[in-house]
Amino acid sequence: MHELSVTENILQIALDAAQKNGARRITAIHLVIGELSSIVDDSVQFYFDLLSKGTLAENATLHFQRVPSVAVCLDCTHQFDARAPLEPRCPQCGSARLQIRGGREFFIESIEVENENSCR
Amino acid sequence: MKIPVVKQILNANDQVAADNRALFDQLGVFVVNLMASPGAGKTSVILATTARLPQNVRPGVIEGDLASTIDADTIAARNIPVVQVNTGGNCHLDAPMIRRALANLSLETIDLLFIENVGNLVCPAEFKLGANIAVVIASAPEGHDKPYKYPGMFAVADAVLLNKADLLQVFDFDVDYFRRGIEMVNPDAPLFPLSCRTGAGVDAWMSWLLERYAEFVEDRKQSAIV
Repeated sequence: MHELSVTENILQIALDAAQKNGARRITAIHLVIGELSSIVDDSVQFYFDLLSKGTLAENATLHFQRVPSVAVCLDCTHQFDARAPLEPRCPQCGSARLQIRGGREFFIESIEVENENSCR
Repeated sequence: MKIPVVKQILNANDQVAADNRALFDQLGVFVVNLMASPGAGKTSVILATTARLPQNVRPGVIEGDLASTIDADTIAARNIPVVQVNTGGNCHLDAPMIRRALANLSLETIDLLFIENVGNLVCPAEFKLGANIAVVIASAPEGHDKPYKYPGMFAVADAVLLNKADLLQVFDFDVDYFRRGIEMVNPDAPLFPLSCRTGAGVDAWMSWLLERYAEFVEDRKQSAIV
C-alpha cells in the first residue's frame, strides 16, 4: 500500500549513489527484501518506471532478492519457510511452539551503472 | 559496473525518526506509537489510559487519520493537548509528518505522548516515528488469526492489547491461539486482554506502561548525572 513512498526512496538512494560515482546511467538496482516486509514487487516496478523518467535511472531494471523467513519448531527443531499467513503448527510434529526468524530485510544492496569512460 | 550501496530503503525516514527521538529525549517526553486496524479502539485506549494517569504524568496526543478531525475532537473534549495529522489518503504516518505536527504541540507541557497511527495492520509497521515503544491493539471482533496474517505488525510490538475482551466469547475468540501467533514472531511482547468499555484489564496495561515510563524517567536521571 505504501509502494509509492518506498519507490521514491529507492530512486533517490540509487541516484545519490550513481552521482557520487560519476555514473552516466543506472542500468539495474538490486534490492534485498525480507519475506515479511510488506511490499508488492510489480507495484514498485510500476511506480519506478513512472518516477524514473528523465533521470539517470530511466529504464533501469529492479531486481528483488527475496529473503525467506524461517519458522523453527521449538519442540522438534524442524525448520521451514514461513510467509503470511503463518502456519500455526509444525508440519513435522504438530507442535504450536514455533519461532519465526528473519524476513525483515529491506535495503538496497547495489546498483549497476554505466559511467562516462565505459561509453568511449 | 556494480556499485555496492547497502542502504536501508527507508533510511531518509529513519533519520528524521532519530531526530524526533532526540528531541523527545531532550524534553523528557515518552512516546507511544499506537497501531491497529480501523475500529480496534485506538482512540478508546487513549481515553481509557489518559483517564487513569497519575496527575504528574501529563498526556498529549497526535492523531493520525486519512482525513477528518473526529478523533482529535474527542480527545480535545477531554482537555488533552492534541494535534491532528491528516495524511491525505496516505496509509501510514511517517517521521516527517510527526516532525511537522510537533510545531503545533507544546512538548514542554507533555510527559507521555500518544501517537495514534492510521488504522492499518500493514504499512505503519515499516515506518519509524521516533517513539519509545510501539503498541499494537487488536480487538475481539477482528478474530484470533491476526498475528498469523499480519506477522510484520506483531513483530514490531513492544506490547499487544486485546481490546473488547468483554466480547471474546461472542466472537469465539481463542486467546491462546492468538497469543501463540504473537509469540511466533515476538516472544517478548506481553499481551493485555482488556475492555475499554468495562475497564476490565486496563489496570494491568496501565502498570506495564507506567513501569516503562518510570524506566525512561530513571534513565534520563542517570544520564543527567554523567
